[in-house]
Amino acid sequence: MNALNSIPISYYLMFCSMLFCIGVIGVLIKRNALMILMSIELMINSINLLLAAFSAYSNDPAGQIFVFFIMVVAAAEVAIGLAIIVLIYKTTHSIDIDVLNKLKW
Amino acid sequence: MFTNYIFYFLSALALYSGVMVLLSKKPIHSVLYLTLTFFAIGGHYILLNAQFLAIVHIIVYAGAIMVLFLFTVMLLNLNKEERSPKPVWVKALAIIAGSMLGLVLIGVFRGYDLHLVQNPMETQIGLVKELGKILFRDYMLPFEVSSILFLTAMVGAVLLGKKEQI
Repeated sequence: MNALNSIPISYYLMFCSMLFCIGVIGVLIKRNALMILMSIELMINSINLLLAAFSAYSNDPAGQIFVFFIMVVAAAEVAIGLAIIVLIYKTTHSIDIDVLNKLKW
Repeated sequence: MFTNYIFYFLSALALYSGVMVLLSKKPIHSVLYLTLTFFAIGGHYILLNAQFLAIVHIIVYAGAIMVLFLFTVMLLNLNKEERSPKPVWVKALAIIAGSMLGLVLIGVFRGYDLHLVQNPMETQIGLVKELGKILFRDYMLPFEVSSILFLTAMVGAVLLGKKEQI
């Protein structure tokens, strides 16, 4: 093993933190429900990459299995989320989240 | 080292397109930039020698989820700028809060170093053969349960997307 050749794990921590924060900022500044869902995808991806990096660095395959399951759940979540967004658009003709503050119509 | 440059390039690409997702005015540009981010992260998986995850990531995210997003943007004809963006002070506060979170995380993680068990470029755990053995031996039940989850999600999506009211 040549540790000099590999990238330090802290680089992955930094990179994934920055990507996660971009996702957080996206959730906070956007009003479009579709953009918020995309920012959440960004956050999920940064977490996935970090989990895979730790799994590879500690030589433990369980982490990569968990990344796989997270991807499965994320795919189901996006399918349902987009169906709900389409339904909201049909009802209100807008997907701004501020329209949804009444919880009924 | 060559892999280091690939790492820097992929990280810069992912961060740039991640920022551009937020800065783009039209949703369709955001979707395309998000696809670019996903490809960069797929490159990261290959760099970690996690080939199975790289393939699944490209197929599921760049293939399936992005197509869903594109369909939604085009079907609903959402490809126009936000009608009522949030006020500037809210955006400024949000960016300050997010940057604070980033500073805290970076400050915590700075200098952290894992005791290297394995050089990630040479590890074999990410190959399909190894992961398949683990997945179908130790994680059989979660795998089957996730199929039920998918069935539920599919039925739910069809039910939500039906024309007549339930």
